[in-house]
Amino acid sequence: MCLGVPAQVVELKEGGRIAVVDFGGGVLREVDASFTPVKVGDYVVVHAGTIIATVDPEEAVESIRTWNEIISMLKAEDPGEPGGQGA
Amino acid sequence: MPALERIAKLYRGDEMARKVVDAIHAVARRIAEREGRDSLVKIMDFCGTHEWTITHFGLRSLMPSNVELVAGPGCPVCITPAYYVDVAIRLAMDGVKVFTYGDAYRLPGSARRGAGIRTLAEAKARGGDVEVVYSMLDAVRRARESGKESVFLAVGFETTTPATASPVVQGKIPVNMTIINVHRLTPPIARYVFENVPGIPLRGVIAPGHVSTITGAKAWRFIPEEYGIPTVVAGFEPLDVLLAILEILKQIFEGKPRLVNEYTRTVTWDGNLGAQRLMAECCDVVEAAWRGIGFVPDSGLVFKDKYRRVDALKQYGIPELTPEEWSYDLPPGCRCADVTLGKAKPTDCPMFMRACTPANPYGPCMVSMEGTCSVWARFGGAGLAEEIARDIGLEP
Repeated sequence: MCLGVPAQVVELKEGGRIAVVDFGGGVLREVDASFTPVKVGDYVVVHAGTIIATVDPEEAVESIRTWNEIISMLKAEDPGEPGGQGA
Repeated sequence: MPALERIAKLYRGDEMARKVVDAIHAVARRIAEREGRDSLVKIMDFCGTHEWTITHFGLRSLMPSNVELVAGPGCPVCITPAYYVDVAIRLAMDGVKVFTYGDAYRLPGSARRGAGIRTLAEAKARGGDVEVVYSMLDAVRRARESGKESVFLAVGFETTTPATASPVVQGKIPVNMTIINVHRLTPPIARYVFENVPGIPLRGVIAPGHVSTITGAKAWRFIPEEYGIPTVVAGFEPLDVLLAILEILKQIFEGKPRLVNEYTRTVTWDGNLGAQRLMAECCDVVEAAWRGIGFVPDSGLVFKDKYRRVDALKQYGIPELTPEEWSYDLPPGCRCADVTLGKAKPTDCPMFMRACTPANPYGPCMVSMEGTCSVWARFGGAGLAEEIARDIGLEP
């Protein structure tokens, strides 16, 4: 039930309390934006007709980069890996 | 929306997934080398959507033999006490318009099959006025438009609660509408699992990503600090879950349990402060019932007295469920509570896919899209994923 669907804010109404969001494929919907500050253009997570969080696309890319480094480090430490040093 | 599509592509990427699965196997092997043949790492997810990701994408079939993924209490519909479903059914049959989320529409109350009205769907079939809504916003609008005496059956964890609290605190609930508040909190049930479920101890927790958008990652700090269990807040793409598993194994190997937020693109340390303020303003935290489990300290929310006008139980003079009056509220033979607490798999229940199917659910875990039984029934958690994985040569 905690399913969250990503969307983009395309319009704000009623002083920002209501947002029109685009779920992609031309699906637009009015959702509750009353407790999550958003701007037009923001990427958001919508749950049960309510914006619960914003999504940071740059952080998504950065995070994968960091995990890649962690995996490389794990490999370097593993004695079972060819070229590994052991922990 | 190219940015969102890029994220989806990135977090379902084949090459990166293989790399992470290889790393999971390497660390699990090193744990097994150290711990010997009996080495077992049991990792619990606390969110129906994580269970969906794990089962739908067949992630169990990619795990090393000493890593087991277990579904925990991650489905608010599954644990909504029968008592409140019965109240909603009674009101619907008394001519009150009842709004509910789609997930709770077919949720059985306490009536047995063939003996009385079991669900709101059945109440509607017998002439009750029941309407499924997509959101609280829609319920408020429809109640106002219809002008009819209306009740909203509000179920859900922290993710859903602020949507209920917002119009209450803003004074936007129409005069003809009240709410049955069955919202529940997730950290207290996690604590309950650690303290009360015997068997092989849990060695890792995948913390619920969307609950955490509201509570902040900080809500889970107590798990590594008080129980010494590695904990990772994770997103819902397959790579998110695989990375969480890798991080948990790495922490076990290093012997340093801590809280890590993998879902940094969406979850912050402090969470959604606006939502937290609304919940605190709207509701008091109380000991509350979980279906088939009983009362769990500090795990439920009730409206503060100043909002008694919107409280359906108070307005209709219906008593709150108390520990003294609560009795075991699952249908005979249903193992939903054991499944919810990670004590049993859906396939351990003799009713699974026999007397209880997604088309004709017997117990609550088969109803919601995120109930573990429903997820396993639809996506083959019962071994189908492993079979397919073997067929296409992916067997670990």
